Amino acid sequence: MSNKTTANVKSYTGRKKRLFDELSGWLFASPAILGFLIFILGPMIASLYLSMTDYTIVVKPNFIGFRNYVELFTSSTSLFFQALKVTAYYVALSVPMQIIFSYSIALLLHQRVKCLSFFRTAFYLPTIVPLVASSMVWMWLLNPDLGFLNEILRALNLPTSQWIYAQETVIPTLALMSVWSSGGAMLIFLAALQDIPNVYYEAIYIDGGNSIDKLRYVTIPMTTPTIFFNLVMGLINGFQVFVQPYIMTEGGPKNSSLMYVFYLYREAFTHQNMGNACAIAWILFIIIMAFTALIFKTSQNWVYYEGE
Amino acid sequence: MIRAKISKVLIYTVLILGSLASIFPFFWLIRSSLMSTAQIFQLPPIWIPKPFIFSNYLEPFKILPFAKYYINSAVIVSSVLVGVLISSSLSAYSFARLKWKWRDRVFYIILSSMMLPYAVTMIPTFIGWNALGLVNTYSPLIIPAYFGGGAFNVFLVRQFLLSIPKELDEAAYIDGASKLKIFIKIILPLSKSALIVVGIFTFVNTWNDFLAPLIYLNSEHRFTLALGLFQFRGMYSAQWNVLMAASTLVLLPNIIVFIIGQKYILQGIALTGIKA
Repeated sequence: MSNKTTANVKSYTGRKKRLFDELSGWLFASPAILGFLIFILGPMIASLYLSMTDYTIVVKPNFIGFRNYVELFTSSTSLFFQALKVTAYYVALSVPMQIIFSYSIALLLHQRVKCLSFFRTAFYLPTIVPLVASSMVWMWLLNPDLGFLNEILRALNLPTSQWIYAQETVIPTLALMSVWSSGGAMLIFLAALQDIPNVYYEAIYIDGGNSIDKLRYVTIPMTTPTIFFNLVMGLINGFQVFVQPYIMTEGGPKNSSLMYVFYLYREAFTHQNMGNACAIAWILFIIIMAFTALIFKTSQNWVYYEGE
Repeated sequence: MIRAKISKVLIYTVLILGSLASIFPFFWLIRSSLMSTAQIFQLPPIWIPKPFIFSNYLEPFKILPFAKYYINSAVIVSSVLVGVLISSSLSAYSFARLKWKWRDRVFYIILSSMMLPYAVTMIPTFIGWNALGLVNTYSPLIIPAYFGGGAFNVFLVRQFLLSIPKELDEAAYIDGASKLKIFIKIILPLSKSALIVVGIFTFVNTWNDFLAPLIYLNSEHRFTLALGLFQFRGMYSAQWNVLMAASTLVLLPNIIVFIIGQKYILQGIALTGIKA
C-alpha cells in the first residue's frame, strides 16, 4: 500500500516536473516565438489578405479577390513585367558571378598563402560598407565624364562606358558591384575548405592524382553544401535589391534598372497602392519559394552530405 | 619544382590584384574626400591630394545636423543591440539546452522565416505601426529587436551553444540551480564569443539599414546617419569631395567595429558554415 503511494507521488512529481520543463522551454523561447507570430506570421497573413483588396491607407480596404494579380499580369501599362525581367536578368548575372568569384578567391587563399589575414580583410571589408555610402562611391567611380573607371579605359585606349547611365550597361554594372561586396560568401567558402579532412587529399595523392583531380574529386564535392547555401542566399538577396536602384539609378534609364523591390516600394509608398503592393510582394515570395524548391530538389543530385 | 613556383607567382598575382581592386574604392573615397573642388575634377586624375583639405569633413555638420544623426543612429543601434542580445540568447538557450516536446519543430519553423522576403511583411507591419500611431518614432526600428532579434541571430547562438558540453549545465541543474540561474551564471558567460559575433553583425546591419528608416522616419531631426547621407546627396549632387567626406563619416564607425571585432567575425562565419 505504502509502496503504491510513493509510486503515485513519484509519478505525480514526475509529471509536474515534465510540465514545468515543457512550460519553461516555451517561456525561454517566447521572445523568438512571439516575434515570429507578431512580425512574420501575422503580417504574412495580413499581406495575403491585403493583396486581395484595393487598400490605399486613406480608404478602407474592399475585397476584390484576385483582381490585383490579374491586373498585374494582363495590364498593358503595368511595369510589373519590366521589373520582373530586370530583376531576373540581375539575378542571373550577379549570383553566378558572385559564387565563381568568391569561390575562386577562397580556393586561392586556401593554398597556404602568406599574409592570409591581410587578403581576407581586403576582400571582406566591402561587405561592411553601408549601401548608401558604397552607392555614393560607385557613382563617383562610374561617373562617365570624370569617374576613375572611364579614365583608366581612356588611358588604355579602350572605349569608355556609360555604366549605370545607359540602358544596356546598368544591370551588368550593378552585378559587378555586387561581386565587389561578396566577401561574406568568400569567408564561408574558406571556412568550408578548411574543414575538409586531409585524408581525402592524401588518398588522391597516393592514387597519383594531380591538383585538378583534387579539385574535381575532393574539394568541389566536399563543398557542395556550402555552394548550395550561398546559392540560395545569393538568390534570395538578389531578388530583393533595393538601395542601389533607389539611390543610384531611380530605376532608370527608362526603367532599365526597375528592380522588383524598388518597384514594389514605389507602388506602396509613393502611389499608396498598398493592396497592389502586397500582391507584388506575394508574387515575389512565390518566385523565391519556387526557385529555392527547385534548387533543393536538384540538390539531391549534386550536393554531397557527409555520413549519407 | 618550377611549376610549383610558377603557380605560387600566379596565385599571389591574382590575390594582390584582386585585393587591390577590392580596397581601391576605399582609397578613392578618402583621397577624394580630402581634395578641393578644383583638384578633384583635374584630368588626368591626381592620386594624392595636395594640399589635404580637411574642411570638407566639416561641411556635412554645417549644412545638416550630422552630429544629431550620429546620436540618432547611436540611440537606435544601442537599443537594438540590447534587445537582440537578450532575446536571441534567451531563445537560443531554450532551443539548444532545454528539453521540450515541440522544440525542434518550432525552431525550424522560425528558422525558415529567414528565407521570407522582407517585402512580404513590410507593408502590413507598416500599416500596423501606423495604426498604433508610432510611425515617425523609433519604436518600429527598435521594438522588433526585443522579439527574438531575428532568426539568424537565434540560429547563430544556438549553433554555438550546441557545441558546449551538456555536462556543464546538467551538473548545475542537479545541484538545484534554477534554469534562469543556469542561463545567467553558466550559459551567458560561456557564449560570450557568440554574443560578440551577434553584436557585431547587429551593429553593422542596424547602422547600415536604409529601408526601414526610410519608411518609418519623416522628420529630418529624427533621421539616421544613412538617411542623412542620402539627403545630403540631394543637396550636393556634384560636389564629390564633400559627398565623399560625408560618406566616410557614415562608414567610419563600421570600420572601427570591424577592426576591433575582426577575430570574432571570422569565428562567426565559421559557425554559419557548420550548418551548410
